[in-house]
Amino acid sequence: MSDRASVVVVGAGVTGLSTAFWLSRAGVDVLVLDRNRVGREASGRNGGGCSHHFSPLFPEEQRLWPMMDELLGYPTEFVPHQISISLSRERLHLYRRTVESAAYHGFVMEELDARTVRDLVPLAGDNVLGGYYSHFGGKANPHRTVQAYAWAVGDNGGRVKQDVTVTGFDRAGDRVTAVLTDHGRFDCDHVVIAAGPQTSRLAAMLDVDIPTRAARAEMIVTEPLPLMPHTGVDGNGLYGRQTLRGNLAYGGGPHEWVDTEEVPCGNRPSSPVAISIAQRVAQLLPKAAHARVIRNWAGIVENTPDGRPVLDQPAPWTNLTIGIMSGVGFGLSPASGRALMQLVTQRHCDFADLSTLRLDRFSELEPGWDVLQGWMPARRLAS
Amino acid sequence: MKTDIKSVAGKHLEIAGETQVLVIGAGPAGIAAARKAREGGAEVVLVDENPVPFDAMGESVPQIWGDRMSALVRNRNAMTEAMLDARAELAEMFEIGVDVRLGTACWGLFANQPNMGWMSGLVAGLIDAAEGNRYLKCQQVIVATGQRDMGLAFPGWDAPGVMGAGAAVMLARLYGALESRVAVMIGSTDAALLQALDLVEAGVRIATIVEQADRPMGSDRLVARVREAGISFRLSEAPRGVISGTDGVEGLVLREGTVACDTVLLGVGAVPMVDLMQAAGAQMRFCEDRSGFVPVLDEGMETTLPGLRAAGDCTGIWTTKSAECDIAAAEGRIAAGAALVALGLESGEISESLPQPAPAIVDPGEYRKAWVRVAVVEALEEMPVCQCEEVTAREILEVRPPRYLNIPPKENETRTLREILAEGAPDPDQIKRLTRAGMGPCQGRRCREQVQALLALQEDLSLGAIPLAGYRAPVRPLTLADAAIAEDPQMTANWEPWFGIPPQWAPLWTIGEKYTVASLSTEEEFASE
Repeated sequence: MSDRASVVVVGAGVTGLSTAFWLSRAGVDVLVLDRNRVGREASGRNGGGCSHHFSPLFPEEQRLWPMMDELLGYPTEFVPHQISISLSRERLHLYRRTVESAAYHGFVMEELDARTVRDLVPLAGDNVLGGYYSHFGGKANPHRTVQAYAWAVGDNGGRVKQDVTVTGFDRAGDRVTAVLTDHGRFDCDHVVIAAGPQTSRLAAMLDVDIPTRAARAEMIVTEPLPLMPHTGVDGNGLYGRQTLRGNLAYGGGPHEWVDTEEVPCGNRPSSPVAISIAQRVAQLLPKAAHARVIRNWAGIVENTPDGRPVLDQPAPWTNLTIGIMSGVGFGLSPASGRALMQLVTQRHCDFADLSTLRLDRFSELEPGWDVLQGWMPARRLAS
Repeated sequence: MKTDIKSVAGKHLEIAGETQVLVIGAGPAGIAAARKAREGGAEVVLVDENPVPFDAMGESVPQIWGDRMSALVRNRNAMTEAMLDARAELAEMFEIGVDVRLGTACWGLFANQPNMGWMSGLVAGLIDAAEGNRYLKCQQVIVATGQRDMGLAFPGWDAPGVMGAGAAVMLARLYGALESRVAVMIGSTDAALLQALDLVEAGVRIATIVEQADRPMGSDRLVARVREAGISFRLSEAPRGVISGTDGVEGLVLREGTVACDTVLLGVGAVPMVDLMQAAGAQMRFCEDRSGFVPVLDEGMETTLPGLRAAGDCTGIWTTKSAECDIAAAEGRIAAGAALVALGLESGEISESLPQPAPAIVDPGEYRKAWVRVAVVEALEEMPVCQCEEVTAREILEVRPPRYLNIPPKENETRTLREILAEGAPDPDQIKRLTRAGMGPCQGRRCREQVQALLALQEDLSLGAIPLAGYRAPVRPLTLADAAIAEDPQMTANWEPWFGIPPQWAPLWTIGEKYTVASLSTEEEFASE
């Protein structure tokens, strides 16, 4: 079987789908392939945060989120602004970098006293020391957002194919000419690889070395509680939100480095870290302590050595674009997808300086960097 | 070698105790397993979540109790006594030195496996009123969690009095706490007929047995026994609603006529209770002759997770097994025997051969689909299929956003499920995330088999072609306050919201041209949030 598309995007996570959304919106014939389902991995399992002040894509992220529902035609459950609660002086102090970083881009974080925090966050308790109100950022629903991108791609005439595994690429000179899969070949003019933890493995098939390692992160969800006036509330070492349904969804705590391809598409089991998360949610929002935890879950996230994304077109290829977000993909997705679309269509991004996200920043990376950073899977160490 | 202090490396769990064998569930399989393991010289802990706390019962955990519990269930001691009376073998367990814990729920199992190397072995999360929440480290675990009833939605099925047939038998037989005088049974397979006869013996009058097919599904022998007991059948029928009073159900409305009753028993299918094992990561497969998704097991009843074994109804339900406890008990003994071998306490062969199911008289896949067709599909938007999140069959099939968003339906109703969700068989997990069906506190126990059947009907697929919606720990709800377990101080000291990679959070203007591991040493403190 063979098929063709002008652009084939590998990976139906939030980055690949956003790229395909912007491409299809620009009238490009785009096809997204995924070995599993839309948003099945970390794109559909995260805190839904939309505020990445340390990224060059931050201004565009902030510009786009408030209009995403309208652009996509489906709800993302985006709720603007957020409150960060501090229960300790130490945390309050650490937030200063965020304040500076936001200010650099012209965004304001307002300091709140304990009483104001309790007024704004009815589930908070007497242990509040203070907090910040961010007049930017916000939270969205990952499941709904990732599916919204997929449906919008379809509405724009693009295609998404699930359960298709990429097995290789065809090449001619400095061009990738086709994506080979277990469901036949897909000829194309351009390939985008935005496959999260799979990106390094796929790029290696094209002799491109992208240093990443994968780790598991975990979250918990409670039963629904009455909606607070502000649902974007976190702190106490947690990220997360109250969903518009009312559930408290929070994550945080120690990750685990894993060999995620030990079993391709294998389980994403969650661990007892959930109990420590629950304990911290009860400290953050003591008036919710009676709420029951009804689920926890785990996602596998790729990380580059410096934890920053790679949005680049690596040599020698003239029609290959890489989009790997290193654990900050969800919130930045409206902007990263638009940046990747521009890389595909015009080879440069005209709204953000992507120079800090180039792949060649790792050209002097030490061999064995994963061991040097302690990023070794526990199972490999044990065996 | 350097350790990533923000990772799980070097962090331990505060373990409350250790045992060689943990058996979860004190039914026939669990008791046989505990006895065999103990007699083989192993240290054995046997937990059973019964008596289930009263408020959990109100939430249909883990059975569809239907609010037909008598006041007795509020009295924990009386319930425990009733249980000990009903299961004489439990007293024997105490005598032979099994550490028996009643009213103790296992909410999670954790095993070392791909994508989780942190666990050094098997760990069980246990909670009860006496000792709170804690971890038990186990060398071998035998899951014998039994079965639960498939839910079946029809208008009024959320009224008090509509309950699982198996739940009714449990309330009557195990607790002596079923408050029902007249009941209607929905479904007429051998299993349902046996349950009806059992309830008659417990003093419940069965007003009639409702069957959607044009003949009773059970064997001739059992149908004759039921008729001898004076119970009639209403064939080619389906529930259309309930007559509801202050105490719930007062009658069941059928296509033709109404039957007076205070209880409606959902007897369309018993489902193996695999939640703990699936959440732990054990591989499942759909077996028509075992009544649904069951764990993949080897000849020692071991799941795909080393040391995690299963026995009894949670490994498959079939007619002869439901009729005679011997089969479940044999499975328990085989699992315990293999556990003893694994522990080095016994050597040699497993002496018993594994009981195998006879081909099902009634294909449970087709039978469940048939019930969902007549009960649910014919009342698409009249009642919720998912009671927790109030999602109707129409909303599920059209993949509509949940009601709290107040969004008018798009053109979804003109598209097929497959078009809406892109290619491949519809996946209940995708449906769950988009419609919220199965996302509530009951974790889809009441709706998941119905969602599976709805998707299969819509796409004209066999029931087994629809994947199992994932279970996640905690499989029994824990409050945030009750969940707390003491934490490794190393975890507390190094806790980070995200990965704790310093340059990820560095201000843009400080980013250098090249990144090397050596450059890390110059980083300042940060909060990764």
